Amino acid sequence: MSKMTLQIDGVSHEVDVPLDQPLLYTLTDQLKFKGPRFGCGLAQCGTCTVLINNQAVRSCVTPTSAVANASSKIRTLDGLAKGDQLHPMQTAFIEEQAAQCGYCTNGWIMQSISLLEKNPRATDEQIIQGLDNLQCRCGSHLAILRAVKKARETMKA
Amino acid sequence: MKSVQITRREFLQSSGALVVGVSGVLPSLDALAQNVAPKILGPNPSQLDTWIKIGNDGLVTINSGKMDCGQGLDVAYSQIAAEELDVPLSQVVVLFGDTRYSANQGGGSASSGIRQGAIPVRNAAAEARRVLVGMAAQELQTTPDQMDVVNGKVFVKNNPSKSLTYAQIINNKEFATNLEWNKKFGNDLNVTGQAKPKNVADYKIVGKDAPRRDIKDHVIGKEHFTAHIRPDNLLHGRTIRPPQAGASVISVDKNSVAFVPNVRVFQKDNFVAVVANTEWDAVRAARALKVTWSKENKPLKGGDKEMFNYIKNATPTFTNAVPMFFGKKEYNAQPTYDALKTSAKVLEAEYFAPFQAHARIAPSCGVVDVKADSVQIWTDTQKPHFQRQGIAKFLDRNPEKVEAKWMHGAGSYGRSDADEAPYEAALLSKEYGQPVRVQWSREEGIAWSPKGPASVMTLKAGLDEQNNVTAWLFKAKGFNGWDIKFNAESPEHTLVGMQTGHKKWTAYNYNIPEESYRFANHVHWWETVAPYVEQASPMRTAHFRAPQEMQTRFAQECFIDEVALAGKIDPVAFRLKHIQEPREKEILEAVVKKFGWETNHKPSKVGDVYTGRGVALYNGYQSYAAVACEVEVNKKTGRIWVKKIVVGMDCGLVINPSGVKAALEGQIMQGISRALYEEVKFDDNRVTSVDWNTYRIASMKDIPGKVDIVILNRPDKASGGVAEPGLVSLPAAIANAVFDATQVRIRQYPLTPQRVKSLIV
Repeated sequence: MSKMTLQIDGVSHEVDVPLDQPLLYTLTDQLKFKGPRFGCGLAQCGTCTVLINNQAVRSCVTPTSAVANASSKIRTLDGLAKGDQLHPMQTAFIEEQAAQCGYCTNGWIMQSISLLEKNPRATDEQIIQGLDNLQCRCGSHLAILRAVKKARETMKA
Repeated sequence: MKSVQITRREFLQSSGALVVGVSGVLPSLDALAQNVAPKILGPNPSQLDTWIKIGNDGLVTINSGKMDCGQGLDVAYSQIAAEELDVPLSQVVVLFGDTRYSANQGGGSASSGIRQGAIPVRNAAAEARRVLVGMAAQELQTTPDQMDVVNGKVFVKNNPSKSLTYAQIINNKEFATNLEWNKKFGNDLNVTGQAKPKNVADYKIVGKDAPRRDIKDHVIGKEHFTAHIRPDNLLHGRTIRPPQAGASVISVDKNSVAFVPNVRVFQKDNFVAVVANTEWDAVRAARALKVTWSKENKPLKGGDKEMFNYIKNATPTFTNAVPMFFGKKEYNAQPTYDALKTSAKVLEAEYFAPFQAHARIAPSCGVVDVKADSVQIWTDTQKPHFQRQGIAKFLDRNPEKVEAKWMHGAGSYGRSDADEAPYEAALLSKEYGQPVRVQWSREEGIAWSPKGPASVMTLKAGLDEQNNVTAWLFKAKGFNGWDIKFNAESPEHTLVGMQTGHKKWTAYNYNIPEESYRFANHVHWWETVAPYVEQASPMRTAHFRAPQEMQTRFAQECFIDEVALAGKIDPVAFRLKHIQEPREKEILEAVVKKFGWETNHKPSKVGDVYTGRGVALYNGYQSYAAVACEVEVNKKTGRIWVKKIVVGMDCGLVINPSGVKAALEGQIMQGISRALYEEVKFDDNRVTSVDWNTYRIASMKDIPGKVDIVILNRPDKASGGVAEPGLVSLPAAIANAVFDATQVRIRQYPLTPQRVKSLIV
């Protein structure tokens, strides 16, 4: 067990967990975050995605110790909204009804934010390419693509 | 209850088979056992208060024994209740699948949410309005016919100032009103009151687009999935599966996990698990635990490479004709064989369908707290009421002291692995006296989850000199459709149940949907074959979205194209000639019109890319669906891309058009996925599809270039299902388009790039 400090959504969290424990379990088991969730544990689906600074990272294969430092600003779905003020990506997902079961929604929202923060003028093709490594089993891809395209406009504002 | 269950089991054993009947409708399965009124467990369905509560803030709560994991029932039921009660849509909420509050409506099942599950909601809401208006009339000293309701306020028509709100009328009391219950549980449960529901022509809320309300919870990360449930003193459980199908435990080396703090190792017969105080400790203990298993001799008999030969050579366990519901329906293929002998031309083909997996985006998860005198289950099973019964039986507890709360979970599309972890968590919680959360691994979620069965379809058709059909033979031979039952209301229908000695049932079924095509000397039947491994098999089968209908319709709808083209008839014209059901004709005509289907069409080729079009249709679940698509086939890469697709749906009365559209968009992507990528791979010993690399599903790049959805609203017809009928035709329509593009008939799905590349030269 090792005591570590994580910077998550602007707040410092002290944890005492094994060095090799993936960040996902620290977030969900010790810290009770609800956004990132277990889907595969193999970095293949994206359901556990968080942002480290503005990079989308699969927390299920990221050791907690690797991001327990002051320069790793962890951002989660739980911390996206500022009070009642939703992030434009969240609003777009609601408006486009871009989920069926919603279990994978976390990954799509977080990776899409990363993609558009890095490239606000991403083309449709770049969005499809950039989200192709996420899995959605219910088949909500059409609505998700509409939502991300909408957020591409609203995030600029 | 006991006598009811004996009746059902006796029936199963005496008949040897059950057939899930016409068009995949499952009405009579539970009905059969219910000639005797079943014992009521939980809220009484014949009480209006079971269905509807009105708070002193006027909020209407509907208690439903179905569930909504994203298919949109929540808003659709709210629309129906708001319509009947004359309250705003925003004033209605639905509480799904909590055994403390709702009657057993069968949960999620057979696209029955609207076509069956909404009916008692509508009737109860109409009755509640009648009772409330009656109470108001009494209080205001008038008669109900002098009154009207707007926005939950009851008023005297010619003196609207005399009024009472629903909240004032009910005033925290109960309705204390009886409903007529049809004495059935499950999908068939219905209740009626004295009130007659509104005429469709008077609808103001039903039939209009209404957005889902649960999407916000998903995007803000609210606690509502089973995976989120973490009571105090929670233990985390992980399970260990054998390296070979059917292997038994010889020994377990508990010292192999001694390095994990506070770990405990559980073994009962062939079920092995670890529990630990933290989730990561449970994961690493499960990975490290050394178990010695028995050595089996090629239990999966050649694996997927030999699978179709295994099916073809196997002695059938049961055979039956369609359509039928129960018992044995005889069929006689001899007139068809005779007619084939004298036909001018005979076409024959074999079609092949793989094992496919529900492959939920999150594998099974369940949290159970077994206390001395009560059990609480948190579950995302589709059937929480049945699961409560099953876990009570598994733990030998009084079911009245066991409650299940349905939670959101990963989409499950039938009898998936969703039912498994809760049973396992229950066993472990009973053992350790603390709440236990069991989370399956990704590998378990594909390799050890139930599967949709593989099959071989044999088709023969005869044509006379004028290309009229003289005979039509269809035989589906495959693995049993339900090694475990979809309700999972008893431990033998779960993996852990079988691993701890509950023997698998022996009811056989290979559902073939009824269709409205009529041909001379037309015969359809199915045969089932024995499973590779009888007990606790990783290949055990269960209902998977449109059970056996995708497999059989793939064959039938492709072969219809083969016969049409052999007779030089346009595939649409050929279908229209043989369809008997007018609604099936109309949906096909609507789809090809939207698609722009020209009879003088020519497929095109640019470089390595061939373009062609295909069509397929399906009727079932009281709905009619058709699909037309245009695909690109890249000869070099084998990649198929659906460039354009039109899906048409006649599901009778549409409650929420935006919900139907969303459901169909989902079916398009899941249909593309199952048509192009999905097949469970296995070798002699074990399933080798263990993750998203070895069980590929469709991704963002598979989004079609153009999507059109045609909904034929028929307010005069009862509402039918949407998801399953919308899905079934996709593989056939795509394969027909691939043939049109390349002139190569691929009679096996999925049409993976590798398969396409090897066949198109």
